[in-house]
Amino acid sequence: MQQLLPDAKDPETLAVNRRIAEAQALTNGSQDALIISHVSKHFTKGSNGPLYYLKKMLRPSQKTPPHSHQRVIRALDDVSLNVKRNTIIGVLGSNGSGKSTLIRAISTLLIPDKGSVKVFDHDVITERDTVQRLINRVSVEASFFRRLSPIENLMYSARLYNVPGSEARKQIHALLDRLGIRKERRNHPIEDMSRGMQQKVAIARAFLTSPILLLLDEPTTGLDPRSKAEVQQFILELRANHDATILLTTHDMDEAEALCDSIAIIDNGRIAALNTAAELRKQIGEEMGLSGPATLHDVFMWYTGRAWKDDDDEDDNE
Amino acid sequence: MQSFGHSVQRNSRVALAFLERNFNLTKRYWAWELVWITYNIVNGISVTYIAAGANAVIPGFHISQSQLNTAILVLVIGTAVWSYISTCFDDVAMLFTIEKWEGTLEYTFMAPIKRITMMFGASVYAVIHGFVLTAIQLVVMAMFFHIDLSQANFWTAIIILLLGTASFVGFGFITSVLPMLFTEYGDKMGFIVRSVILLVSGVYYPVTVLPKWMQTLSAISPATYVLDGLRRSLINGQPIWQMWSSVIILIISGAVSIPAGLWVFRKGEEYAKRTGKLKRNG
Repeated sequence: MQQLLPDAKDPETLAVNRRIAEAQALTNGSQDALIISHVSKHFTKGSNGPLYYLKKMLRPSQKTPPHSHQRVIRALDDVSLNVKRNTIIGVLGSNGSGKSTLIRAISTLLIPDKGSVKVFDHDVITERDTVQRLINRVSVEASFFRRLSPIENLMYSARLYNVPGSEARKQIHALLDRLGIRKERRNHPIEDMSRGMQQKVAIARAFLTSPILLLLDEPTTGLDPRSKAEVQQFILELRANHDATILLTTHDMDEAEALCDSIAIIDNGRIAALNTAAELRKQIGEEMGLSGPATLHDVFMWYTGRAWKDDDDEDDNE
Repeated sequence: MQSFGHSVQRNSRVALAFLERNFNLTKRYWAWELVWITYNIVNGISVTYIAAGANAVIPGFHISQSQLNTAILVLVIGTAVWSYISTCFDDVAMLFTIEKWEGTLEYTFMAPIKRITMMFGASVYAVIHGFVLTAIQLVVMAMFFHIDLSQANFWTAIIILLLGTASFVGFGFITSVLPMLFTEYGDKMGFIVRSVILLVSGVYYPVTVLPKWMQTLSAISPATYVLDGLRRSLINGQPIWQMWSSVIILIISGAVSIPAGLWVFRKGEEYAKRTGKLKRNG
C-alpha cells in the first residue's frame, strides 16, 4: 500500500495537517493520551418482564425480587491504564473479556459505573464534544449504510466531523486511490464490496476525520494476508506521520508483537498484565521454567488461564 | 462573532450531513418510496370515495353535489395532511431505527455533534420529503375527484402547516428514543403514537363525534389544529388572523414539544449509555 498522503505539499495533505494541528491544540500539550482510572462497568442481562415493573409501580415501597434468570455481568472491574502520546498499545483478551466495553467507554458510548476516562486530559463524560473531536474508531464490523456507496458513506462522516464538502470529496478520492479501491467501485453500494475492501473504507473513514487517538477494535479480523499487511502498515504510518496514539485490540499475537509498544492483557474485565511484549515473554518464560522467553501465545494463555478452545464465541459482556 | 460564524458553519455542515444522507437513502431504497407513495395515494383515494359515495350508502339520503364536493375536499385535505404528518413524523422518529438496522448508531453517536443539529437536519429533510410526497398524492387525487381550491388561501395553509411541523418534529424526536430503550420492539411503539394521533385529530371526521374523554386528547394534539386551520384556509379561504387561537396553540405546542423532545432524547441517550443499549444487537 502506498503512503496514504505522501506529498507534504499537496492540498489534501495540507488540509489533513491543518486538522491534525487543530486537534493537537485541544490536547494542551498533554503527553498522556489516555488515562483510565479505576473504571468498572457491569451489565444486567435478561428482562424482568412487564409484571415485575407493574408490581414495582403499584407498590413502590415493597421490595420486588428480580427474576432468577437475570444475571449480572461484570464487564470491566477496576481497570486502570495510562497510555502515552504517540504510542501503540495492544489490548489482548479472550472473547467477552471486556476489550470492546473498554473501547466503548473511551469512545463516549458507555458511561462507567465507577472511575473516570480522560483523553488528553479531557473527561469523556463532562467534555464529550472535545473528546469526540480527538478520537475515532475502526471496529471489527465495518459498520456502514450498506446501500450507500463508499463516497456517500464517507461524505456523511466527513460532514459530521466538520470537514468542508469540496475538501472532503478530494481527500476521499485521494484516500481511496491510495487504498487501491477502483474508481468504478466507489459509487456502488458498499454491500457489494468484499469484507477486506469494506474494512479499507472504514480505515479511510477514520483517517478522514484526523483523529489523534485511534481506537482499533480487531481491525484485521477476517482479512486476507495482503489486506492485513496493508492495514498494519497504515497503523504504523499513522503513528509515524500523524502524531496518532493507537489502542489496538486483536486476537493475532504476531500482529500485537509487531505493532505494539506495550501490551495489556485483559481477563474477566480486569487488567491481568501490562508491559512490553519482550518483558512479558521474558517474565512468563521464567515463570514456566523455560530456558528462553515464552511466546506471546504462552503469555496470553498464562494470564487468561484457559485454553483457546474454552473461549466462548459469544461476546456476552461486550 | 467569528466563533458564532464558525459555529453556524459547523452546525450547517452537520445538518447537511443528515439531509444528504437521508436523500441518498431515499434514492437507494427507491422501492420502499414507491410502496409508501402508492399506499398513501390508494389509501387517500379509498377514503375520499366514502364521501363521493355518501348518497348511495344510505337509502333515501341525499346531499347536493356542492355539499358532496365540500365533503370530498374535507377528506382530500385530511388524507393529504395525514400523509404529510406521517412522513414528517416517521422521518424523524425513524432517525435512529435506520441506524440501528444498519449498525451505524455508535458511529453517529461518537461524532462531535449537537443533538439539536441532528434534529434540525432530519427535520429539514422530513419537511421536503413530506411536501414532495404530498404534492404527488394531491396531483394524482385531482385526477379522480373534483377539487375546487378557487377560494383557497395558500399562504395561510403553508404557515399553519409549518407551525404544526415543529410539533410533529418534537413528537417524532421523543419517539425516536424508543428503539434505543427497547431494542427489539421500540420502533413498533412509534406506530402506537402515530395511530393515536390519527384517531383523535379529526383526520377523517370531526373530533366532535368522539367521546368526551377522547376530545381531551384531540385538544392536545397539534394535528387537530393543523387540520382545522388547513380546512378553513383551503375550503373557506380564511386568512391567518381569523384563526389566531389555533396559531397560538401551535406556537405553544412547538415551543414545548421541541425542548421536550430534546430533553427526553438526552435522558434516553444517557440511559442507553449506562445500560449499553447503543450497541447494535442490544
